[in-house]
Formats: sequence, C-alpha cells, structure tokens
Amino acid sequence: MNINLTLIGQTIAFAIFVWFCVKYVWPPITEAMSARQKKIADGLSAADRASLDLELAQEKASKEMQKAKEESAALIDQANKRAAQIVEASKDDARKEGEKIIEQARAEIQQERVQARDALRAEVAAIAIAGAEKILETSVDAKAHSEMLDKLAAEL
Amino acid sequence: MAAGTPVEYIKHHLTNLTYGKLPEGYERADGTVVEEATWTMARTGQEAMDMGFMAVHVDTMGWSIAMGVLFLGLFRFVAKRATTDTPSGLQNFVEMTVEFIQNIVRDVFHGRNPLIAPLALTLFVWIFLMNSLKLIPVDYIPSIAHAMGLEYFKIVPTTDPNGTFGIALGVFLLILFYSFKVKGAGGFAKELSFTPFNHWSLVPFNLVLELLALIIKPISLALRLFGNMYAGEVIFILIALLPLWIQWSLNVPWAIFHLLVITLQAFIFTTLAVVYLSAAHEDH
Repeated sequence: MNINLTLIGQTIAFAIFVWFCVKYVWPPITEAMSARQKKIADGLSAADRASLDLELAQEKASKEMQKAKEESAALIDQANKRAAQIVEASKDDARKEGEKIIEQARAEIQQERVQARDALRAEVAAIAIAGAEKILETSVDAKAHSEMLDKLAAEL
Repeated sequence: MAAGTPVEYIKHHLTNLTYGKLPEGYERADGTVVEEATWTMARTGQEAMDMGFMAVHVDTMGWSIAMGVLFLGLFRFVAKRATTDTPSGLQNFVEMTVEFIQNIVRDVFHGRNPLIAPLALTLFVWIFLMNSLKLIPVDYIPSIAHAMGLEYFKIVPTTDPNGTFGIALGVFLLILFYSFKVKGAGGFAKELSFTPFNHWSLVPFNLVLELLALIIKPISLALRLFGNMYAGEVIFILIALLPLWIQWSLNVPWAIFHLLVITLQAFIFTTLAVVYLSAAHEDH
C-alpha cells in the first residue's frame, strides 16, 4: 500500500491507451456503425418508397382497367347500335327497291296494255272498214273516211 | 503458501511485487547490509515500504498494461475488419460496448470534444478488465509466481492505490487542461473565486472550497474504486482461509456478487470522469 513510481507509470500507461483508442480504435468502429445506420435507414426508406410506388401502380392499373372496361362497353354499345342501324337501313333499302321494282312492273304492264289496246283498236278499225267495205261493196276511201274511222276507233 | 498464520497469509496476499531502490546502508531482511544504493526486488513488505517513492509495483504495472493491451488489441482487431454489413458476434459485442459508452457520454457530457467518448471507452473497458482479474481465485497466480521464485504477487491492479490514483491523476490532468483551455486562466480563476458565493468578501472562502472540491474529484474517483476492490479482495482472501470443503459456499455467492461490483465500479468511474470533464468544459 505504498505510493510510489507505479502511480506515474499507471498515468503514462493510461495516457498511451487513451491516445491509441482515440486514434486507432474509436474512429473505425463508430464510422462503421454510423455507416450501417445510414444503410439501414436508406433501406427502410427505399422499402417505404417501394411500397408506396406499388400502391400507386396498383391504383393506376385498376384505373386503367376500369377505363378499358368502360371503353370496351362503349365500343360494344356503338357496334350494336351501328348493326341495328345497318339492319334497319338495309330493310329500308330492300323495301324501296321492292317498291321500285313493283312500280316499274306496273308501268310496263300499263304500257303494254296501252300498246295492246292501240293494236287492237287499229285491227278493229281495219276489220270494221273491211266489214263496211263488204257491206257497201264499195271501196271506202280510207283517206276520206279516216276521220270517221279514227272517231270510231276512239270509241272502242 | 509462503505464510503460516492467517495474518501473515493476508499480509502476504496484500503485498505487491516491488522493484525499487534500497538506500545505502540498509539492512535487508536476511541480515545483509546494502553497501550502496541499489535497485532490487523487495523480499519483504518492510523492504518494499522502506524503498519509499522510488519503487515500482511490477505486478500492478504488468497486469494493468496487459489488460490495456488486451482491450486495445481486441478492439483494434474488430475496428480493422469492421464491416457495415451484418456484424459478426465479436463486432456486435464491441459495438454494444461502444454504443453503451456513447449513450453515457451523450447523456452526461454537454460539450463538444471528440476525445471524451474514446477516453470513456478506454476507462470503462480497461477498469472492467482489471477488476475482473479478481475473479481468478486468489491463490492461483501467486502460486505460479511463487514457483517461479517471486515472493509477492498481487494481480488485481485496482486493489493497488497506485493503480487507481494513477488513472485518476490522468483524469485530473485532463480536467485541469480543459478548464484552462475552455475557460481560460482568468475564467477558471474567476470560477474558483466567485462560486458558490458571488461576493468579493467571500473570495478566500470560495477559493478554499472550490480548490478542495477540485482536488477531491480525483481522490474520490481513485478511492472509491480502490476501496471497493480492496475490500472485495480482502473478503476473498478471508474466504480462502476457510477449510477447503466450505469455501465454495461463500466464494461462489461473493464472486457472483462481484460480477455486479466489477461492472458497477467500472461504470461509476467512467461516468464520474465524464461528469467531471463535462464540468470542466462548462463556461459560465
């Protein structure tokens, strides 16, 4: 229990140890620690960001999906309408065409009837003249009596 | 052991291996007279005492330096291969210690000084290692030393007042250094003269009070550690005097209790040193 030079020796040893610790031990350890801390914090924030991104992407995807659905529904609607229109239009066309054909046929018939009547009339006129000639036994001047004959023909 | 009676046994165990200078004409224990002043190993406690200040406790110095080197070696080993990835077990342990010290310093120290934290780390781990030497049974190392021809051998440096006062002296010098550096000589003198009573007529009183408070800081640091460790050591030695078959029943609880004391004393020394240094940094 004597106080002696050991005291000084111990102080010197202490000073050397502290110096060594300050210079060579403390900095690398604390640097590694804070670097790791930063790394972990970065990792965590990146993970946060990633999950946020994922959420956003999901939201966007569902929005897109919704939009696509709406678009396709609209498209189908339009197509249906268009199809109905086309069917309607073609029905209309067909009807018109039919009517037209009927009209034409009617006109043709009318025309043929007129022609037939004219022909018949002429023939009747001729027959009538022939008959009259026979009856009168004179020739009837066709030219002189044509007016009367035409009148007759018109009466038929 | 070398000693017969319990008193001799205890005395023997509490004597350091001393290498010192014997004065001229000194009569040694075996009757020979030293013709001129010589540096030699003390053979008895009396001789060690008579060597006075010019002596070195070889065991204290040796073991404290060994523990310091062990501490720095271990931590330097880890510091060199410190990785920012997943740390290994040893690195984890070292980082835990470092973080523990960082927390103490952050809580207690209010200045800005990159020296304080590593200083606290050194204090804590070094003192802890020196204290833990106490858990080695009291007769093991001294017996080996005795077989090697060394009469006295005391392995726990913190049971030697030189050991604890040496460290406290280092802390005290730092306190003085930073007091002068931060406050300046004038500021430091002013602080000593005008606290706690800020009146000119009380300057002498303040001065006495503050100087005492200043000087008591390292003394309290050193004596607290020394007292705790020394008392524990004495108890261990007393237990070792009991019959062999009963020793364990006292030895084991005391050792387990000392696991606490060892850590606690290292912690208290460190924290108080940081507190004192923090006070030295405070400029009023």
